[in-house]
Amino acid sequence: MIEPRVVKELEAVVGKEHVLSSPEDLIAYSYDSTFEEHKPDIVVSPANTEEVSQVMRIAYRENIPVVPRGMGSGLAAASIPYSGGMVLNLTRLNRILEIDQENMIAAVEAGVVTADFQATVEEMGLFYPPDPSSIKHSTIGGNIACNAGGPRCLKYGVTSDYVLGLTAVLPSGEILKTGGKAIKNVTGLNLTQLLLGSEGTLAVITEALLRLMPKPKYTRTAMVTYMQLDDAARTVNAILLEGVVPATIELMDDTTINTIEEYLHLGLPTDAAAILIIETDGSDEQTVLREMETVARVARECGATDVKVAQSDAERNELWRGRRSVSPSLARRRPNKLGEDISVPRSAIPEAIRRIKAISAKYNLPIVVFGHAGDGNLHPNILFDKRDPDEWHRVEQISGEIFGMAVELGGTLTGEHGVGVLKQPYLEMALGKTAIAIQQGIKKVFDPKGLLNPGKKFPAA
Amino acid sequence: MAQRRRENIPHLPTEEQYLNCIRCGLCLSACPIYRETLRETDGPRAHVVLVRKYAEGELDISPEFVDLMYKCLDCEACNAICPVGIRPADLAMEMRQVIHKTTPQPWLKKPIFHGYFPHPLIQELSVLPLLLYQRLGLQTLARKLGILKLLPRQLQDMEHMVPELPARSLRQVLPEEIPPMGEEKHRVAFFLGCFQSTIFAQESEATVRVMARNGCRVFTPKQVKCCGMPAAGYGDIDLVKSLARFNIDLFLPLNPDVIVTDCATCGSTLKHYGEILKDDPEYAQKAEAFSAKVRDISEFLMSIDIRAPRGEIRARVTYHDPCHLVRAQKVRKQPRDLLKLIPGVEFVEMKESDWCCGSAGTQILTHYHNSLAVNRRKMENVRATGADIVATGCPGCQMQLTMGSNHYNVNVRVVHPIQLLEEAYRREEAQIADETSTGE
Ligand SMILES: Cc1cc2nc3c(=O)[nH]c(=O)nc-3n(C[C@H](O)[C@H](O)[C@H](O)COP(=O)(O)OP(=O)(O)OC[C@H]3O[C@@H](n4cnc5c(N)ncnc54)[C@H](O)[C@@H]3O)c2cc1C
Repeated sequence: MIEPRVVKELEAVVGKEHVLSSPEDLIAYSYDSTFEEHKPDIVVSPANTEEVSQVMRIAYRENIPVVPRGMGSGLAAASIPYSGGMVLNLTRLNRILEIDQENMIAAVEAGVVTADFQATVEEMGLFYPPDPSSIKHSTIGGNIACNAGGPRCLKYGVTSDYVLGLTAVLPSGEILKTGGKAIKNVTGLNLTQLLLGSEGTLAVITEALLRLMPKPKYTRTAMVTYMQLDDAARTVNAILLEGVVPATIELMDDTTINTIEEYLHLGLPTDAAAILIIETDGSDEQTVLREMETVARVARECGATDVKVAQSDAERNELWRGRRSVSPSLARRRPNKLGEDISVPRSAIPEAIRRIKAISAKYNLPIVVFGHAGDGNLHPNILFDKRDPDEWHRVEQISGEIFGMAVELGGTLTGEHGVGVLKQPYLEMALGKTAIAIQQGIKKVFDPKGLLNPGKKFPAA
Repeated sequence: MAQRRRENIPHLPTEEQYLNCIRCGLCLSACPIYRETLRETDGPRAHVVLVRKYAEGELDISPEFVDLMYKCLDCEACNAICPVGIRPADLAMEMRQVIHKTTPQPWLKKPIFHGYFPHPLIQELSVLPLLLYQRLGLQTLARKLGILKLLPRQLQDMEHMVPELPARSLRQVLPEEIPPMGEEKHRVAFFLGCFQSTIFAQESEATVRVMARNGCRVFTPKQVKCCGMPAAGYGDIDLVKSLARFNIDLFLPLNPDVIVTDCATCGSTLKHYGEILKDDPEYAQKAEAFSAKVRDISEFLMSIDIRAPRGEIRARVTYHDPCHLVRAQKVRKQPRDLLKLIPGVEFVEMKESDWCCGSAGTQILTHYHNSLAVNRRKMENVRATGADIVATGCPGCQMQLTMGSNHYNVNVRVVHPIQLLEEAYRREEAQIADETSTGE
């Protein structure tokens, strides 16, 4: 419980209507995009950096745990307030502060919805590439806190490649500014990058300086079909070795293809072992076309049985519709799904998929595999029914085996969703004791009282 | 307790469906209310969870809970976007039924829904003061003197919503049967909505005339009663059912090819009679047959071979998709095609044409600030088109857009598409009359 006098103080900072504590509100802020739930004691929605700072100062003084939250699309339960205390809702920080066309840099507040920001800059002929599949329902702040990636990462990189500077509020309420508009900057330690992917454990991000690019004018998209999974995996490297860097190479395995087809009837090849969706883009039409020709040739050389290049925007959308529908199609198959997010070296993709299939058979639960093959980021999704304790137990065993396998192949636990609480049990296996101890030390410097998003990302020291 | 609660919500999703809500949050991106308040509690994802908590006995119906369910615009944008097929907007409407049954209701509700909406004559009398106000020049005077400035802004906005009223309700003046001009090709029963009869009479007059011009014999039963939507919106499903039975008995014996309405809201309710009465042994089949015949006017006109008018309307026109047309009835293309039939019309598509305008029936009364905030987004999109005219096929939207254009100073005329079509036909006739009178 938070004392009434503290509630009054918080109300004075952000306004009465932005301090929420009705039973309905507490339920509404008890979940994210996982199946985890835990209610906070209070929800506070500040409107700018200054208000965040004042709220944090009060929470620090009163020893109230604070969990930052964007739009709650996180997939690692990192914004579930297990510790009780305060959910700091950042969606009201939603202004685009500046778009500096000359320097191609934008200043935005943390609560701006990523898709809104992209649409705004694209209207000006500019481009903000990071594109997590949750762009419409996640915030820039959440993307930064998770270092979000997406299909376009192969060519354009992840969120951290576009963040030049941050304004953040420390647990004590102090305001920290990192980086700046200068592209090159090695003055001091790189605190900007330290906050990227910190999952709300080090500081509350309130503003960001984001690097923009000119918008690519032309795009070609192809769907490539394989009867052998290995052939698909080989194609990825073969294309890159030819000197072509596609914007995306997305992989779907046979189970994924069949699940989507069952639900959408798009006419996908249900007998195929895998599909790749490959997209080339750029500002010169001829180059983009030529790159797609190379892609098609290399794919055939690697054993593709069919290469279908979209001839219109409508056809292109149709190709993407399948990929975008993966998650929801899965939900229609079984009541629950646990979407994992391992990342392996590209060359290990075939082996990783083979082993996942073996694990699926061993535990007798369906696992579908899809993901960003171009950068080795796979999303094995386990389909199950949480009400069956036995199934849930098997899911836990499967997760453990998948993570063990990823690390063994030289990969890691998460490529983009983060550790949150769901992946903590495997952290030591992935990082080792020393790395964890150093990270705990860094956490102490930022958050000596351990009040900011406690219990997330790494175990308390 | 949980069991009893479950039984109260007829279409409460099964546990399977709850679990199916993967809580991805995509619905937040489409919810006009969430996008204004930025508070999770106002969004569809929270509504799914809250209704579940209620059904499981973990949450009681509090005034805040009631308000959340009533704040929902029922624009169905969340229903349409949910990748898993959960229908959060429907869930809110069903909760309203539970609230209606289980919690004490405001004393005004009964007279309004039982004494007012089902009785056309009472409705007609009720607009009398407004009519006098307009006709006796009081409106002009009040506006000139700036008296309205003294009223709170909400009243001013409401004052601007209502167009000039007809002297007598259309229900009273429209003949029950209108023969086609020329050869008879279709037998149409026209469902005259309450608003169309008392406030937007010119439009429904235009609707009937356009149909007659295109080979329709039009029947408009005078005893027609409210389609039931207002009662549905306030959770009184029993009243909706009795209105549905009445209208079915009134319309089916006419044996029409189609039942046409020019009100998006009426259309969406009438098309649901089959669903609403599906458990009624006596009416289930009849209701199904009734609903199968229902068409929105643009849907109907575009399905028959209508003749394009030759009269010109030189204007830049944009179109707002009423929620009850675009999502509830999947009518998107036809009104646009209808507008494009008119010579001289320069059609411009607005951004987010299917984003709710914030009307949702009575939101301007019950949730004034949200309603206005949602409307701001709409008016900005209208403004960006540079259109002279914004067309839309729903009286609620028309009033809200008119209010908004005044509130946000956007210089547009708000019309029903059918009005423009009828205007073009009339201009054509005037031209012909001109030509013949000059003897050329
Ligand atoms: C359907 C679906 C598809 C997805 N696809 C992708 C994908 O392709 N790629 C990908 O990388 N991720 C993906 N995600 C995961 C998730 O959407 C992203 O990681 C996103 O960045 C989370 O943003 P959010 O605003 O919803 O943050 P939240 O879920 O609210 O929070 C996530 C974490 O960030 C912290 N946080 C949020 N805002 C701040 C802030 N301002 N300051 C400090 N900490 C903060 C929270 O404390 C929490 O730890 C997907 C999720 C879903 C549901």
